[in-house]
Amino acid sequence: MSAILEAWNALPPTVQYVSTVTFKIGLVTIGVILTVAFSTYFERKVIGSMQSRVGPNRVGPMGLGQPFADVIKLLVKEIVVPAESNRFLFVIAPLLSLIPALAAWAVIPLDDTFVIADINAGLLYVLALTSVGVYGVILAGWATNSKYAFLGAMRSAAQIVAYEIAMGFALVGVLMAAGSLNLGDIVRAQEGGVWNWFLIWLFPLFVVYWISGVAETNRAPFDVAEGESEIVAGFHVEYSGVAFAIFFLAEYANMVLISALTAIFFLGGWASPFEGLTFLAFIGEIPGIGWIYNGGFPWLFLKIAFFMYTFFWMRATFPRYRYDQIMRLGWKVFIPVTIVWIAVEAVLAWFKIGPWAA
Amino acid sequence: MNRAISYIKTFALWELLRGLSLTFRNFWRKPVTLNYPEEKTPQSPRFRGLHALRRYPNGEERCIACKLCEAVCPALAITIDSEVGEDGTRRTTRYDIDLFKCIYCGFCEEACPVDAIVETRIHEYHMERPGENIMTKDKLLAIGDRYDAMISADKAADAAYK
Repeated sequence: MSAILEAWNALPPTVQYVSTVTFKIGLVTIGVILTVAFSTYFERKVIGSMQSRVGPNRVGPMGLGQPFADVIKLLVKEIVVPAESNRFLFVIAPLLSLIPALAAWAVIPLDDTFVIADINAGLLYVLALTSVGVYGVILAGWATNSKYAFLGAMRSAAQIVAYEIAMGFALVGVLMAAGSLNLGDIVRAQEGGVWNWFLIWLFPLFVVYWISGVAETNRAPFDVAEGESEIVAGFHVEYSGVAFAIFFLAEYANMVLISALTAIFFLGGWASPFEGLTFLAFIGEIPGIGWIYNGGFPWLFLKIAFFMYTFFWMRATFPRYRYDQIMRLGWKVFIPVTIVWIAVEAVLAWFKIGPWAA
Repeated sequence: MNRAISYIKTFALWELLRGLSLTFRNFWRKPVTLNYPEEKTPQSPRFRGLHALRRYPNGEERCIACKLCEAVCPALAITIDSEVGEDGTRRTTRYDIDLFKCIYCGFCEEACPVDAIVETRIHEYHMERPGENIMTKDKLLAIGDRYDAMISADKAADAAYK
Protein backbone atom coordinates (compact mmCIF):
# COMPACT_ATOMS: atom_id res chain seq x y z
CA MET A 1 0.00 0.00 0.00
CA SER A 2 2.68 2.50 1.03
CA ALA A 3 4.66 1.59 -2.11
CA ILE A 4 1.70 2.62 -4.26
CA LEU A 5 1.37 5.85 -2.28
CA GLU A 6 5.06 6.60 -2.77
CA ALA A 7 4.84 5.98 -6.51
CA TRP A 8 1.82 8.31 -6.60
CA ASN A 9 3.62 11.07 -4.70
CA ALA A 10 6.59 10.77 -7.04
CA LEU A 11 4.43 11.73 -10.02
CA PRO A 12 4.53 15.35 -11.21
CA PRO A 13 1.60 17.43 -9.84
CA THR A 14 0.14 17.95 -13.31
CA VAL A 15 -0.08 14.22 -13.89
CA GLN A 16 -1.61 13.75 -10.45
CA TYR A 17 -4.20 16.44 -11.15
CA VAL A 18 -5.08 15.14 -14.62
CA SER A 19 -5.45 11.55 -13.45
CA THR A 20 -7.56 12.53 -10.41
CA VAL A 21 -9.90 14.61 -12.54
CA THR A 22 -10.11 11.91 -15.20
CA PHE A 23 -10.97 9.39 -12.52
CA LYS A 24 -13.67 11.69 -11.13
CA ILE A 25 -15.09 12.26 -14.62
CA GLY A 26 -15.21 8.52 -15.24
CA LEU A 27 -16.90 7.95 -11.90
CA VAL A 28 -19.59 10.57 -12.49
CA THR A 29 -20.18 9.55 -16.11
CA ILE A 30 -20.58 5.89 -15.26
CA GLY A 31 -22.83 6.85 -12.36
CA VAL A 32 -25.03 8.98 -14.59
CA ILE A 33 -25.23 6.32 -17.30
CA LEU A 34 -26.17 3.64 -14.76
CA THR A 35 -28.78 5.98 -13.28
CA VAL A 36 -30.14 6.53 -16.77
CA ALA A 37 -30.27 2.79 -17.44
CA PHE A 38 -32.18 2.07 -14.29
CA SER A 39 -34.44 5.08 -14.60
CA THR A 40 -35.84 3.59 -17.82
CA TYR A 41 -36.71 0.52 -15.76
CA PHE A 42 -38.00 2.70 -12.92
CA GLU A 43 -40.17 4.64 -15.37
CA ARG A 44 -41.80 1.54 -16.80
CA LYS A 45 -42.43 0.16 -13.32
CA VAL A 46 -43.89 3.42 -11.99
CA ILE A 47 -46.14 4.01 -14.98
CA GLY A 48 -47.12 0.35 -14.89
CA SER A 49 -48.17 0.62 -11.26
CA MET A 50 -50.17 3.74 -11.98
CA GLN A 51 -52.02 1.84 -14.69
CA SER A 52 -52.55 -1.22 -12.46
CA ARG A 53 -50.02 -3.25 -14.43
CA VAL A 54 -46.79 -4.83 -13.18
CA GLY A 55 -44.31 -3.46 -15.73
CA PRO A 56 -41.25 -5.39 -16.91
CA ASN A 57 -40.67 -8.54 -14.83
CA ARG A 58 -39.16 -11.09 -17.24
CA VAL A 59 -35.43 -10.32 -17.46
CA GLY A 60 -33.61 -11.19 -14.25
CA PRO A 61 -35.07 -10.87 -10.75
CA MET A 62 -38.01 -8.43 -10.79
CA GLY A 63 -37.08 -7.51 -14.36
CA LEU A 64 -33.94 -5.69 -13.20
CA GLY A 65 -32.02 -6.94 -16.25
CA GLN A 66 -34.43 -5.16 -18.58
CA PRO A 67 -32.24 -2.07 -19.21
CA PHE A 68 -29.32 -4.27 -20.24
CA ALA A 69 -31.52 -6.35 -22.52
CA ASP A 70 -32.73 -3.11 -24.15
CA VAL A 71 -29.19 -1.82 -24.58
CA ILE A 72 -27.98 -5.06 -26.17
CA LYS A 73 -30.95 -5.08 -28.50
CA LEU A 74 -30.24 -1.52 -29.64
CA LEU A 75 -26.49 -2.14 -30.01
CA VAL A 76 -26.89 -5.04 -32.41
CA LYS A 77 -29.41 -3.27 -34.62
CA GLU A 78 -28.42 -1.68 -37.90
CA ILE A 79 -28.10 2.10 -38.23
CA VAL A 80 -30.03 3.13 -41.31
CA VAL A 81 -28.93 6.45 -42.81
CA PRO A 82 -31.59 7.86 -45.15
CA ALA A 83 -30.30 8.39 -48.71
CA GLU A 84 -31.41 12.03 -48.94
CA SER A 85 -30.04 13.00 -45.53
CA ASN A 86 -27.00 15.04 -44.63
CA ARG A 87 -24.72 12.24 -43.44
CA PHE A 88 -22.36 14.33 -41.34
CA LEU A 89 -25.09 16.15 -39.42
CA PHE A 90 -27.14 13.00 -39.16
CA VAL A 91 -24.35 11.21 -37.33
CA ILE A 92 -23.23 14.15 -35.21
CA ALA A 93 -26.70 15.20 -33.99
CA PRO A 94 -27.16 12.44 -31.38
CA LEU A 95 -23.72 13.22 -29.97
CA LEU A 96 -24.58 16.93 -29.81
CA SER A 97 -27.54 16.13 -27.61
CA LEU A 98 -25.73 13.65 -25.37
CA ILE A 99 -22.45 15.46 -24.71
CA PRO A 100 -23.93 18.63 -23.12
CA ALA A 101 -26.18 16.49 -20.93
CA LEU A 102 -23.12 14.69 -19.55
CA ALA A 103 -20.77 17.70 -19.56
CA ALA A 104 -23.11 19.72 -17.35
CA TRP A 105 -22.36 17.28 -14.53
CA ALA A 106 -18.90 18.83 -14.24
CA VAL A 107 -20.22 21.63 -12.03
CA ILE A 108 -22.86 19.67 -10.09
CA PRO A 109 -21.72 19.35 -6.46
CA LEU A 110 -22.54 15.83 -5.30
CA ASP A 111 -21.73 16.68 -1.70
CA ASP A 112 -19.84 19.30 0.26
CA THR A 113 -16.46 18.33 -1.20
CA PHE A 114 -17.03 16.32 -4.40
CA VAL A 115 -17.37 18.44 -7.50
CA ILE A 116 -15.32 17.97 -10.67
CA ALA A 117 -14.96 21.67 -11.52
CA ASP A 118 -15.67 24.11 -8.69
CA ILE A 119 -16.08 27.15 -10.94
CA ASN A 120 -17.76 30.40 -9.94
CA ALA A 121 -19.85 30.71 -13.11
CA GLY A 122 -21.37 27.26 -12.61
CA LEU A 123 -24.94 28.41 -13.12
CA LEU A 124 -24.11 30.15 -16.39
CA TYR A 125 -22.23 27.06 -17.56
CA VAL A 126 -25.28 24.90 -16.86
CA LEU A 127 -27.60 27.32 -18.67
CA ALA A 128 -25.24 27.41 -21.67
CA LEU A 129 -24.92 23.64 -21.91
CA THR A 130 -28.63 22.92 -21.57
CA SER A 131 -29.18 25.36 -24.45
CA VAL A 132 -26.56 23.64 -26.61
CA GLY A 133 -28.42 20.36 -26.14
CA VAL A 134 -31.24 21.76 -28.26
CA TYR A 135 -28.98 21.82 -31.29
CA GLY A 136 -28.89 18.04 -31.26
CA VAL A 137 -32.65 17.92 -31.65
CA ILE A 138 -32.78 20.67 -34.27
CA LEU A 139 -29.90 19.25 -36.34
CA ALA A 140 -31.35 15.74 -36.14
CA GLY A 141 -34.64 17.03 -37.53
CA TRP A 142 -32.90 19.03 -40.25
CA ALA A 143 -30.35 16.40 -41.30
CA THR A 144 -32.93 13.64 -41.61
CA ASN A 145 -34.61 15.54 -44.48
CA SER A 146 -38.04 14.25 -43.60
CA LYS A 147 -41.29 16.19 -43.07
CA TYR A 148 -42.03 14.65 -39.68
CA ALA A 149 -38.55 15.06 -38.31
CA PHE A 150 -38.46 18.65 -39.52
CA LEU A 151 -41.80 19.45 -37.88
CA GLY A 152 -40.57 17.89 -34.65
CA ALA A 153 -37.37 19.94 -34.75
CA MET A 154 -39.27 23.17 -35.43
CA ARG A 155 -41.62 22.56 -32.54
CA SER A 156 -38.78 21.69 -30.24
CA ALA A 157 -36.80 24.80 -31.23
CA ALA A 158 -39.71 27.17 -30.57
CA GLN A 159 -40.64 25.43 -27.35
CA ILE A 160 -37.16 25.42 -25.92
CA VAL A 161 -36.55 29.07 -26.80
CA ALA A 162 -39.78 29.97 -24.98
CA TYR A 163 -39.05 27.98 -21.86
CA GLU A 164 -35.37 28.82 -21.68
CA ILE A 165 -36.33 32.42 -20.89
CA ALA A 166 -38.68 31.47 -18.05
CA MET A 167 -36.03 29.10 -16.76
CA GLY A 168 -33.36 31.77 -16.89
CA PHE A 169 -35.58 34.22 -14.98
CA ALA A 170 -36.33 31.59 -12.35
CA LEU A 171 -32.59 31.13 -11.91
CA VAL A 172 -32.12 34.88 -11.59
CA GLY A 173 -34.33 34.58 -8.51
CA VAL A 174 -32.15 31.79 -7.18
CA LEU A 175 -28.93 33.71 -7.62
CA MET A 176 -30.49 36.79 -6.01
CA ALA A 177 -31.30 34.67 -2.97
CA ALA A 178 -27.95 32.85 -2.87
CA GLY A 179 -25.74 35.72 -3.94
CA SER A 180 -23.55 33.39 -5.97
CA LEU A 181 -23.37 31.59 -9.31
CA ASN A 182 -21.37 28.72 -7.82
CA LEU A 183 -23.66 25.73 -7.37
CA GLY A 184 -21.83 24.66 -4.20
CA ASP A 185 -22.36 28.11 -2.68
CA ILE A 186 -26.03 28.06 -3.70
CA VAL A 187 -26.45 24.85 -1.69
CA ARG A 188 -24.44 26.25 1.24
CA ALA A 189 -26.76 29.28 1.30
CA GLN A 190 -29.64 26.86 1.95
CA GLU A 191 -28.02 24.90 4.76
CA GLY A 192 -29.35 24.95 8.29
CA GLY A 193 -32.73 23.25 8.02
CA VAL A 194 -35.69 22.80 5.78
CA TRP A 195 -36.96 26.38 6.36
CA ASN A 196 -33.82 27.74 4.74
CA TRP A 197 -34.45 25.98 1.45
CA PHE A 198 -35.29 28.31 -1.41
CA LEU A 199 -38.35 26.15 -2.03
CA ILE A 200 -40.24 28.18 0.56
CA TRP A 201 -39.46 31.78 -0.38
CA LEU A 202 -39.13 31.10 -4.09
CA PHE A 203 -42.05 28.70 -4.40
CA PRO A 204 -43.49 30.24 -7.62
CA LEU A 205 -40.04 30.18 -9.18
CA PHE A 206 -39.64 26.54 -8.14
CA VAL A 207 -42.90 25.61 -9.89
CA VAL A 208 -41.94 27.59 -12.98
CA TYR A 209 -38.43 26.10 -13.05
CA TRP A 210 -39.69 22.56 -12.66
CA ILE A 211 -42.36 22.84 -15.35
CA SER A 212 -39.91 24.59 -17.70
CA GLY A 213 -37.46 21.80 -16.98
CA VAL A 214 -40.02 19.22 -18.05
CA ALA A 215 -40.67 21.23 -21.21
CA GLU A 216 -36.93 21.62 -21.81
CA THR A 217 -36.35 17.87 -21.74
CA ASN A 218 -39.26 17.32 -24.17
CA ARG A 219 -41.03 15.02 -21.74
CA ALA A 220 -44.75 14.47 -21.40
CA PRO A 221 -46.94 16.55 -21.24
CA PHE A 222 -44.66 18.77 -23.35
CA ASP A 223 -43.43 16.07 -25.74
CA VAL A 224 -44.75 17.70 -28.93
CA ALA A 225 -41.30 17.31 -30.49
CA GLU A 226 -41.88 13.55 -30.47
CA GLY A 227 -45.67 13.55 -30.52
CA GLU A 228 -46.05 9.96 -31.62
CA SER A 229 -49.77 10.38 -32.38
CA GLU A 230 -49.16 13.34 -34.69
CA ILE A 231 -45.68 13.19 -36.20
CA VAL A 232 -44.67 9.56 -35.57
CA ALA A 233 -41.50 10.07 -33.48
CA GLY A 234 -40.62 13.64 -34.41
CA PHE A 235 -36.96 14.46 -34.75
CA HIS A 236 -35.67 10.89 -34.28
CA VAL A 237 -38.11 9.22 -36.66
CA GLU A 238 -35.31 7.95 -38.96
CA TYR A 239 -32.84 7.01 -36.24
CA SER A 240 -32.26 3.38 -35.34
CA GLY A 241 -29.84 1.24 -33.39
CA VAL A 242 -27.05 2.98 -31.49
CA ALA A 243 -27.92 6.42 -32.85
CA PHE A 244 -31.40 6.11 -31.40
CA ALA A 245 -29.98 4.73 -28.17
CA ILE A 246 -27.85 7.86 -27.82
CA PHE A 247 -30.90 10.11 -28.20
CA PHE A 248 -32.65 8.00 -25.61
CA LEU A 249 -29.66 8.22 -23.29
CA ALA A 250 -29.48 12.00 -23.80
CA GLU A 251 -33.16 12.45 -23.00
CA TYR A 252 -32.87 10.55 -19.74
CA ALA A 253 -29.51 12.11 -18.84
CA ASN A 254 -31.20 15.49 -19.28
CA MET A 255 -34.02 14.40 -17.00
CA VAL A 256 -31.56 13.34 -14.30
CA LEU A 257 -29.71 16.62 -14.79
CA ILE A 258 -32.86 18.74 -14.45
CA SER A 259 -33.82 16.74 -11.35
CA ALA A 260 -30.38 17.32 -9.84
CA LEU A 261 -30.48 21.03 -10.67
CA THR A 262 -33.95 21.47 -9.18
CA ALA A 263 -32.75 19.70 -6.04
CA ILE A 264 -29.69 21.94 -5.85
CA PHE A 265 -31.44 25.23 -6.59
CA PHE A 266 -34.57 24.79 -4.50
CA LEU A 267 -34.26 21.77 -2.20
CA GLY A 268 -30.83 22.32 -0.73
CA GLY A 269 -28.89 19.78 -2.79
CA TRP A 270 -27.02 17.46 -0.47
CA ALA A 271 -28.26 19.26 2.68
CA SER A 272 -30.34 17.29 5.14
CA PRO A 273 -33.86 18.53 5.96
CA PHE A 274 -33.30 17.69 9.66
CA GLU A 275 -30.24 19.90 10.06
CA GLY A 276 -31.92 22.63 12.10
CA LEU A 277 -33.63 20.21 14.50
CA THR A 278 -30.94 20.10 17.19
CA PHE A 279 -32.73 17.44 19.27
CA LEU A 280 -31.97 15.00 16.41
CA ALA A 281 -28.26 15.80 16.54
CA PHE A 282 -27.46 12.38 18.06
CA ILE A 283 -28.23 10.75 14.67
CA GLY A 284 -25.28 12.63 13.22
CA GLU A 285 -22.97 10.81 15.65
CA ILE A 286 -23.98 7.31 14.52
CA PRO A 287 -21.46 6.00 11.97
CA GLY A 288 -23.05 4.79 8.73
CA ILE A 289 -26.30 6.72 8.99
CA GLY A 290 -24.81 10.02 10.12
CA TRP A 291 -25.67 11.49 6.72
CA ILE A 292 -29.35 11.52 7.69
CA TYR A 293 -28.60 14.44 9.98
CA ASN A 294 -25.38 15.86 8.57
CA GLY A 295 -26.38 15.77 4.91
CA GLY A 296 -24.43 14.19 2.11
CA PHE A 297 -24.71 12.50 -1.26
CA PRO A 298 -27.56 10.14 -0.24
CA TRP A 299 -29.85 13.12 0.30
CA LEU A 300 -29.06 14.51 -3.14
CA PHE A 301 -29.71 11.06 -4.59
CA LEU A 302 -33.07 10.81 -2.81
CA LYS A 303 -34.08 14.25 -4.05
CA ILE A 304 -33.08 13.34 -7.62
CA ALA A 305 -35.07 10.10 -7.30
CA PHE A 306 -38.09 12.05 -6.09
CA PHE A 307 -37.98 14.37 -9.09
CA MET A 308 -37.46 11.48 -11.49
CA TYR A 309 -40.55 9.90 -9.96
CA THR A 310 -42.41 13.15 -10.53
CA PHE A 311 -41.35 13.10 -14.21
CA PHE A 312 -42.91 9.67 -14.60
CA TRP A 313 -45.88 10.59 -12.46
CA MET A 314 -46.64 13.54 -14.71
CA ARG A 315 -46.20 11.40 -17.78
CA ALA A 316 -48.73 8.90 -16.44
CA THR A 317 -51.21 11.64 -15.55
CA PHE A 318 -51.35 14.40 -18.13
CA PRO A 319 -52.35 14.35 -21.79
CA ARG A 320 -50.08 16.17 -24.22
CA TYR A 321 -50.45 19.96 -24.40
CA ARG A 322 -51.66 21.44 -27.62
CA TYR A 323 -48.86 23.33 -29.34
CA ASP A 324 -50.36 26.82 -29.07
CA GLN A 325 -51.17 26.19 -25.41
CA ILE A 326 -47.52 25.40 -24.77
CA MET A 327 -46.52 28.69 -26.36
CA ARG A 328 -49.16 30.58 -24.38
CA LEU A 329 -48.05 28.99 -21.11
CA GLY A 330 -44.40 29.75 -21.75
CA TRP A 331 -44.67 33.34 -22.99
CA LYS A 332 -47.82 34.68 -21.36
CA VAL A 333 -47.84 32.91 -17.99
CA PHE A 334 -44.40 31.80 -16.90
CA ILE A 335 -42.39 34.84 -17.93
CA PRO A 336 -44.75 37.34 -16.21
CA VAL A 337 -44.89 35.13 -13.10
CA THR A 338 -41.12 34.97 -12.82
CA ILE A 339 -40.69 38.71 -13.41
CA VAL A 340 -43.31 39.53 -10.76
CA TRP A 341 -41.64 37.23 -8.27
CA ILE A 342 -38.21 38.68 -8.93
CA ALA A 343 -39.72 42.08 -8.07
CA VAL A 344 -41.28 40.65 -4.90
CA GLU A 345 -37.92 39.15 -4.01
CA ALA A 346 -36.20 42.47 -4.54
CA VAL A 347 -38.64 44.09 -2.10
CA LEU A 348 -38.06 41.31 0.44
CA ALA A 349 -34.31 41.70 0.09
CA TRP A 350 -34.54 45.48 0.43
CA PHE A 351 -36.48 45.21 3.69
CA LYS A 352 -34.34 42.28 4.85
CA ILE A 353 -37.19 39.78 5.24
CA GLY A 354 -36.84 35.99 5.16
CA PRO A 355 -33.53 34.59 3.91
CA TRP A 356 -32.10 38.12 3.64
CA ALA A 357 -32.68 38.87 7.34
CA ALA A 358 -29.06 38.37 8.38
CA MET B 1 -65.83 36.64 -7.65
CA ASN B 2 -66.02 33.42 -9.64
CA ARG B 3 -63.39 34.83 -11.89
CA ALA B 4 -61.10 35.42 -8.94
CA ILE B 5 -61.65 31.87 -7.65
CA SER B 6 -60.91 30.45 -11.07
CA TYR B 7 -57.69 32.50 -11.23
CA ILE B 8 -56.61 31.24 -7.82
CA LYS B 9 -57.37 27.67 -8.83
CA THR B 10 -55.40 28.06 -12.05
CA PHE B 11 -52.32 29.42 -10.32
CA ALA B 12 -52.50 26.83 -7.54
CA LEU B 13 -52.50 24.17 -10.32
CA TRP B 14 -55.63 22.82 -8.62
CA GLU B 15 -56.87 20.58 -11.43
CA LEU B 16 -53.40 19.30 -12.22
CA LEU B 17 -52.91 18.34 -8.57
CA ARG B 18 -56.24 16.52 -8.55
CA GLY B 19 -55.14 14.54 -11.59
CA LEU B 20 -51.82 13.74 -9.95
CA SER B 21 -53.55 12.58 -6.77
CA LEU B 22 -55.73 10.22 -8.79
CA THR B 23 -52.75 8.54 -10.42
CA PHE B 24 -50.97 8.47 -7.07
CA ARG B 25 -53.86 6.61 -5.45
CA ASN B 26 -53.82 4.12 -8.33
CA PHE B 27 -50.07 3.70 -7.86
CA TRP B 28 -50.75 1.85 -4.59
CA ARG B 29 -53.46 -0.37 -6.00
CA LYS B 30 -52.67 -4.01 -6.62
CA PRO B 31 -51.94 -4.70 -10.29
CA VAL B 32 -54.68 -6.59 -12.09
CA THR B 33 -52.13 -8.31 -14.32
CA LEU B 34 -52.23 -12.08 -14.64
CA ASN B 35 -48.72 -13.42 -15.22
CA TYR B 36 -49.89 -15.66 -18.04
CA PRO B 37 -47.60 -18.65 -18.36
CA GLU B 38 -47.44 -19.01 -14.57
CA GLU B 39 -51.01 -18.01 -13.76
CA LYS B 40 -54.11 -18.80 -15.81
CA THR B 41 -57.72 -17.73 -15.76
CA PRO B 42 -60.32 -20.38 -14.86
CA GLN B 43 -61.90 -22.14 -17.86
CA SER B 44 -65.44 -23.30 -18.49
CA PRO B 45 -66.12 -26.95 -19.39
CA ARG B 46 -67.69 -25.46 -22.52
CA PHE B 47 -64.39 -23.92 -23.64
CA ARG B 48 -63.98 -24.28 -27.40
CA GLY B 49 -60.37 -24.98 -28.24
CA LEU B 50 -58.55 -27.55 -30.33
CA HIS B 51 -60.73 -30.31 -31.84
CA ALA B 52 -60.68 -34.02 -31.05
CA LEU B 53 -62.42 -37.16 -32.38
CA ARG B 54 -63.68 -39.52 -29.69
CA ARG B 55 -64.02 -43.31 -29.44
CA TYR B 56 -66.43 -45.57 -27.61
CA PRO B 57 -64.99 -47.29 -24.54
CA ASN B 58 -64.49 -50.46 -26.61
CA GLY B 59 -62.16 -48.58 -28.95
CA GLU B 60 -64.60 -48.18 -31.81
CA GLU B 61 -64.67 -44.77 -33.52
CA ARG B 62 -67.78 -42.80 -32.71
CA CYS B 63 -67.89 -41.00 -36.04
CA ILE B 64 -70.41 -42.47 -38.49
CA ALA B 65 -69.57 -40.14 -41.40
CA CYS B 66 -73.01 -38.51 -41.43
CA LYS B 67 -71.34 -35.27 -42.59
CA LEU B 68 -73.63 -33.07 -40.51
CA CYS B 69 -70.60 -31.23 -39.17
CA GLU B 70 -69.28 -30.68 -42.67
CA ALA B 71 -72.67 -29.29 -43.69
CA VAL B 72 -73.08 -27.01 -40.67
CA CYS B 73 -69.54 -25.67 -40.66
CA PRO B 74 -69.89 -21.93 -41.50
CA ALA B 75 -66.20 -21.63 -42.46
CA LEU B 76 -66.10 -24.76 -44.65
CA ALA B 77 -63.19 -25.98 -42.57
CA ILE B 78 -64.20 -29.68 -42.45
CA THR B 79 -63.63 -32.13 -45.33
CA ILE B 80 -64.95 -35.71 -45.03
CA ASP B 81 -64.60 -38.75 -47.36
CA SER B 82 -66.36 -41.97 -46.40
CA GLU B 83 -66.82 -45.62 -47.44
CA VAL B 84 -68.53 -48.71 -46.16
CA GLY B 85 -66.21 -50.63 -43.87
CA GLU B 86 -65.62 -54.40 -43.58
CA ASP B 87 -68.30 -54.78 -40.91
CA GLY B 88 -70.88 -53.04 -43.10
CA THR B 89 -70.86 -49.75 -41.21
CA ARG B 90 -70.16 -46.39 -42.76
CA ARG B 91 -66.78 -44.98 -41.72
CA THR B 92 -64.69 -41.93 -42.63
CA THR B 93 -61.55 -42.45 -44.67
CA ARG B 94 -60.65 -38.80 -44.36
CA TYR B 95 -61.62 -36.28 -41.74
CA ASP B 96 -59.69 -33.00 -42.11
CA ILE B 97 -60.16 -29.78 -40.19
CA ASP B 98 -58.31 -26.75 -41.47
CA LEU B 99 -57.45 -24.81 -38.30
CA PHE B 100 -56.79 -21.65 -40.31
CA LYS B 101 -60.36 -21.70 -41.61
CA CYS B 102 -61.97 -22.82 -38.37
CA ILE B 103 -63.63 -20.07 -36.34
CA TYR B 104 -64.12 -22.25 -33.24
CA CYS B 105 -67.90 -21.69 -33.22
CA GLY B 106 -68.64 -25.17 -31.87
CA PHE B 107 -71.41 -25.90 -34.41
CA CYS B 108 -69.77 -29.21 -35.42
CA GLU B 109 -69.87 -30.34 -31.83
CA GLU B 110 -73.55 -29.41 -31.53
CA ALA B 111 -74.49 -30.99 -34.83
CA CYS B 112 -72.82 -34.32 -34.09
CA PRO B 113 -75.45 -36.99 -33.22
CA VAL B 114 -72.90 -39.31 -31.60
CA ASP B 115 -70.66 -36.79 -29.79
CA ALA B 116 -67.73 -37.80 -31.98
CA ILE B 117 -66.22 -34.40 -32.83
CA VAL B 118 -65.66 -32.22 -29.78
CA GLU B 119 -63.73 -29.10 -28.98
CA THR B 120 -61.39 -29.52 -26.04
CA ARG B 121 -59.95 -27.00 -23.61
CA ILE B 122 -56.56 -27.15 -25.33
CA HIS B 123 -55.76 -23.64 -26.52
CA GLU B 124 -51.96 -23.53 -26.34
CA TYR B 125 -50.77 -25.00 -29.63
CA HIS B 126 -48.91 -23.73 -32.64
CA MET B 127 -47.85 -24.68 -36.16
CA GLU B 128 -44.30 -24.43 -37.42
CA ARG B 129 -44.55 -25.61 -41.02
CA PRO B 130 -47.10 -25.15 -43.84
CA GLY B 131 -49.61 -27.98 -43.76
CA GLU B 132 -49.53 -28.47 -40.03
CA ASN B 133 -52.72 -26.45 -39.84
CA ILE B 134 -54.63 -29.41 -41.35
CA MET B 135 -55.79 -31.66 -38.53
CA THR B 136 -56.10 -35.10 -40.07
CA LYS B 137 -58.23 -37.92 -38.74
CA ASP B 138 -55.21 -39.57 -37.11
CA LYS B 139 -54.19 -36.43 -35.28
CA LEU B 140 -57.74 -35.76 -34.11
CA LEU B 141 -58.15 -39.33 -32.84
CA ALA B 142 -54.80 -39.11 -31.08
CA ILE B 143 -55.91 -35.96 -29.24
CA GLY B 144 -59.19 -37.68 -28.34
CA ASP B 145 -57.34 -40.69 -26.93
CA ARG B 146 -54.85 -38.65 -25.03
CA TYR B 147 -57.29 -36.25 -23.38
CA ASP B 148 -60.19 -38.71 -23.05
CA ALA B 149 -60.47 -38.23 -19.29
CA MET B 150 -60.65 -34.45 -19.58
CA ILE B 151 -63.15 -34.53 -22.43
CA SER B 152 -65.43 -37.03 -20.65
CA ALA B 153 -65.37 -34.97 -17.47
CA ASP B 154 -66.23 -31.79 -19.37
CA LYS B 155 -69.10 -33.52 -21.20
CA ALA B 156 -70.44 -34.90 -17.91
CA ALA B 157 -70.23 -31.47 -16.29
CA ASP B 158 -72.22 -29.91 -19.10
CA ALA B 159 -74.66 -32.79 -19.69
CA ALA B 160 -77.41 -31.33 -17.50
CA TYR B 161 -77.73 -28.27 -19.77
CA LYS B 162 -77.91 -30.10 -23.10
